[in-house]
Parts: sequence; structure tokens; C-alpha cells
Amino acid sequence: MSDLTRLSAADLASRIASREVSAVEVATAHLDRIDAVDERVHAFLHVDREGALAAAAAVDRGEITGPLAGVPIAVKDVVTTKGLPTTAASKILEGWTPPYDATIVERLKAAGMPILGKTNMDEFAMGSSTEYSAYGPTNNPWDLGRIPGGSGGGSAAALAAYEAPLAIGTDTGGSIRQPGAVTGTVGAKPTYGGTSRYGLIAFSSSLDTPGPCGRTVEDTALLHAVIAGHDPRDSTSIPQPVPDVVAAARRGATGDLTGVKLGLVKEFAGDGSEPGVLAAFRESLEALVKLGAEVVEVSCPHFQYALPAYYLIAPSECSSNLARFDGVRYGLRSGDDGSRSLEEVMSLTRDEGFGPEVKRRIILGTYALSSGYYDAYYGQAQKVRTLITRDFQAAFEQVDVLVSPTTPFVAFPFGSRTSDPYQMYLADLFTIPTNLYGGPAISVPCGLSEGLPVGFQIMAPTLADDRMYRVAAALESAVGTFTPPAL
Amino acid sequence: MAAISREEVAHLARLSRLAVTEEELDRFAGQLDVILQSVARVGEVAAEDIPPTSHSVPLTNVYREDVPAPSLAQDAALSGAPDAYEGRFRVPRILDEED
Repeated sequence: MSDLTRLSAADLASRIASREVSAVEVATAHLDRIDAVDERVHAFLHVDREGALAAAAAVDRGEITGPLAGVPIAVKDVVTTKGLPTTAASKILEGWTPPYDATIVERLKAAGMPILGKTNMDEFAMGSSTEYSAYGPTNNPWDLGRIPGGSGGGSAAALAAYEAPLAIGTDTGGSIRQPGAVTGTVGAKPTYGGTSRYGLIAFSSSLDTPGPCGRTVEDTALLHAVIAGHDPRDSTSIPQPVPDVVAAARRGATGDLTGVKLGLVKEFAGDGSEPGVLAAFRESLEALVKLGAEVVEVSCPHFQYALPAYYLIAPSECSSNLARFDGVRYGLRSGDDGSRSLEEVMSLTRDEGFGPEVKRRIILGTYALSSGYYDAYYGQAQKVRTLITRDFQAAFEQVDVLVSPTTPFVAFPFGSRTSDPYQMYLADLFTIPTNLYGGPAISVPCGLSEGLPVGFQIMAPTLADDRMYRVAAALESAVGTFTPPAL
Repeated sequence: MAAISREEVAHLARLSRLAVTEEELDRFAGQLDVILQSVARVGEVAAEDIPPTSHSVPLTNVYREDVPAPSLAQDAALSGAPDAYEGRFRVPRILDEED
């Protein structure tokens, strides 16, 4: 029998459905792989062997059927899972077990997908390397001395290390796509409001978007279809049908892009991308042209202000959202010895429980929202957000999708960007505009630079998630998938 | 000129209920200064007449059906509390002794 951990989710699902293999065998193979390699990769913060095997057994008993029934999945630790520890990789939530499931987790369970465990990330999803996890970083399976991207580096590394065939991520400024790019895996950020935020530990509520991660475009689309769709418990959830992303991925895989217009953003050119990243991107663009696509240069003059606007909006929202961690209702309480006031206990709890990047962003957000600075910073950033949205809308009148490298550089060595936080922020240069606009975007592996994966980003109009899957699958059919060296 | 002083960072930390150490203050002040000078670039954009965008979904006042449904049980809601007492969250004293 072939190694079950090397198969695609689509292949696993059909073998389970035809009873060629059992869901328990598939879950066991992945759990054993985790046991064998995760000491070196550290993709997981918590593994739930018992729960995964019980869910798999239910599929084997025929209690649940469906397109991904029996296919196991890893879930980023910022998503609540009833009865399974959820920390958002923060000390402030160490040992917390949520009393409820996120909507997307309910949907995974209803689809018969065994949850293998919770994956590592930058604390509260703030970072691009997992180096800000309170529990130590995840190592990139391509080179264990390098970062796996962030914040969802654990989910991406679990895929690249064959510990899981599918994973859940969340994308606020690129936290699904950039880890996908640097691990040679696929990561999709759905349209904002296309996937429910209920049960996500909030970082920046106007930007946070949960989404699917996989090793192939089709697998990613299959997972997208399971988790997407309206949820009355999230007031920003869009009450409209989900585009047929699976059909779009299968159509794209035929390799025909005749008549599809790809927009190349003029303002992204020469924006500090490594030469190897640019070379892989350009070769992929040529491959898409051979499939019939047309490349059109478009101008998005306000994209250059996306990073500054994001680093005002996201910290502002986080400073408000993270006020809930006050040592009262859940998580850590520090210094409560009977002599200290509530305020002192809160301040000590938050100082002990939060890591440095979280503190920086809370302080920055508090500043941007303070009276006297609000108009110049937060208010101005929201206006710039409008202009960036208009840039996208104007561009999509000329082209079907926009394309760019996902991130300017390949996986960097640990420690090379932590001393200067702004250098870390640059990892999200190309992913952030989409978050401000709210549209969908996907990262697909497109080549290697000095032996490390490069990601190709496809951005589509709001609610046209299917369009990006079509182009992504076409690219995959042209350039293939990329396998890391054996661990 | 620095965009933000060490004293301002200390004040913001107090407002944010973060009991930061002197060492953290030294480090954050410099780092936040670099970040603020970078993000202040949003001020270069002429946007006086541009309406702000708070989020991308054009929905306002979303209501659910007014139908009673079970909510989280009290013991479940209290299950993660650092300290609970008789079905409530227990907190340190809020008022000073002399109050």
C-alpha cells in the first residue's frame, strides 16, 4: 500500500468512500507521521489522537458521508475547538479549553473530518514567521533552520511535512498565503464575510478571514466548500451562495485560460522582491500566457500606502479586541495575592501573558486611537482603505484577476528579522492590499529559488473566489507541485 | 525628531493595562518610533473628501430572528475562569479600603 500521508485529500476521500482504506487507517497514518517528525518540525501545539480516531471511526461506521468524509485536518490554534485546548500560541490562554466550537469547526465535524490537533502560529496571529509563538517556533520542512511563514506557519508546515493533508488557517494580512508561499503549499483567503469568524479569537475583526490550506488547488477548493457559507452568528457573514470553487478548480486544471486577463500591478514592480522570487514569478506568468491568458499592466496608485494603513488599522482593532484578556473570565491571572487591586492584577496579568509583538501592537493601536491622533492615524488609514478599494474596483474593470509574487522573499533564517519589527512587516507587502479591500486571494507554489519555494498570488474581485481557483489550478497544471527534501 | 517619546509609551502602556518593565519601555520606545514614522506615510495621501471604510461588507444593522434559543450554560461559561464563586466570576477588590 502506498504511503497514505503522501496522497491528496481528494484521493484519500475517494479511497475512503470506496472502502479501499478506512478512515481510521488514514487518521492513524497521519498521527504516526506526527509522532515521527513533529519533534523536529513543531507544527502542532496539541495533538488529539483519541478524538481524531473516534471521528474517523464514525465515518467508517457509515454515520457521515460527503466529499471529504474521513480526511483528517489540522486546525490553527486561534480557532476554538470544544474540549480541545486553544491558546492562540499565547501564555495568556495556556491551559484554556473552550466550551464551544467555532462555526467552521462545527462544519468540519459535520463533514466527517477528524481533527488531528491544533497548529502553532505567531501569538494571536501577529507575525510572519511563528517566531512570536509563546511556545517556540515551527521549523520549515524545506530547511529546518528557516521560518515556515506566519502567522499560520504551523498549518503550512504540517502540510509540507505530510503530517496532515489539509489545514485551517486565518488571514488578516497574509497569514494563510505567506506561509503557503514559503512552504510550497496552497493557501486561500476567501472573500471577507465568505467564511464565518464565529469562534475565531479576534485580532482585527474587519480583516480576519478563516480559510483553507492544502497541498493542491483542488484539495484547497474542496475544503473551501466545506467551511464557507453564511452564518447568522457572524453579523459580517455574507448571506449569499458560495461560488462553486471546486468546479472552477477542475475547470482550471484542464489548462485552458483563453480570454482570461491577468493584471500586473505597476506599483508592485521593483518593490524589493528577491531576484529568485521575481524570476520564478515571471516564468509562471509566461506559462499562463501559453495557456491562453493575456497580461495587462494596471495601476493601483494607493497600494504603496496599504502597509502603513494596515499597521494602523490592525493594531487599533487589536488594542480593542485584546482588552478581553483581563484575567477575569478565562486564562491567566497574575499577582492576585489579596493585596493588589483589580487594575494592578489586570496590568500584571497582561504584562506576563502577552509577548513583545502583541504588546507593541496594543500600544501602537492605543496611540492611533487616542484623542488628538485619531484623525491623523486611524481615521486617515480608513480613508486610504477606501482609496485602495477603489484601486481594486478600477483594476477589475480592466482585468479578471490581479497577480503578484505572494511575498517578496523566500523563507528566511530564524532571527534575521526579529530585531527590527518593521522588517518583519515587509513580508506582507503584497498580501495586505487584498485584506483591506476584502476580496479573495490565493497563493500557489510556482517554482524554487535556491532550493526554496516561491508563491504566486492571484487576487480576485469580492465574491469571485471561483475565478482565483480557476487560474490557480491552471498554473498548477503548468508548473506542477513541489516536494520538500525527506525529513 | 522622534515620533514618540519613552514617556508617551509609558503612558500608553498604562492606558492599555500593561505593567511593562523599564527594559521593555527602552526597547519598545525605539521600535515604536521606527514603526510610527513608517506608518505616518498615510498622511501623504490627499483624502479630505474620501469617506472612511470601516469594513468591506456592505451590511448594516444585521438582526437575527427574535426566537429564544439555548445559550452557553453557566458552568460552561465559568469553566475557564481563573477564580469563580457561587456561579460568578470572582475578581480582586475594585474599591480601596477607605472607599
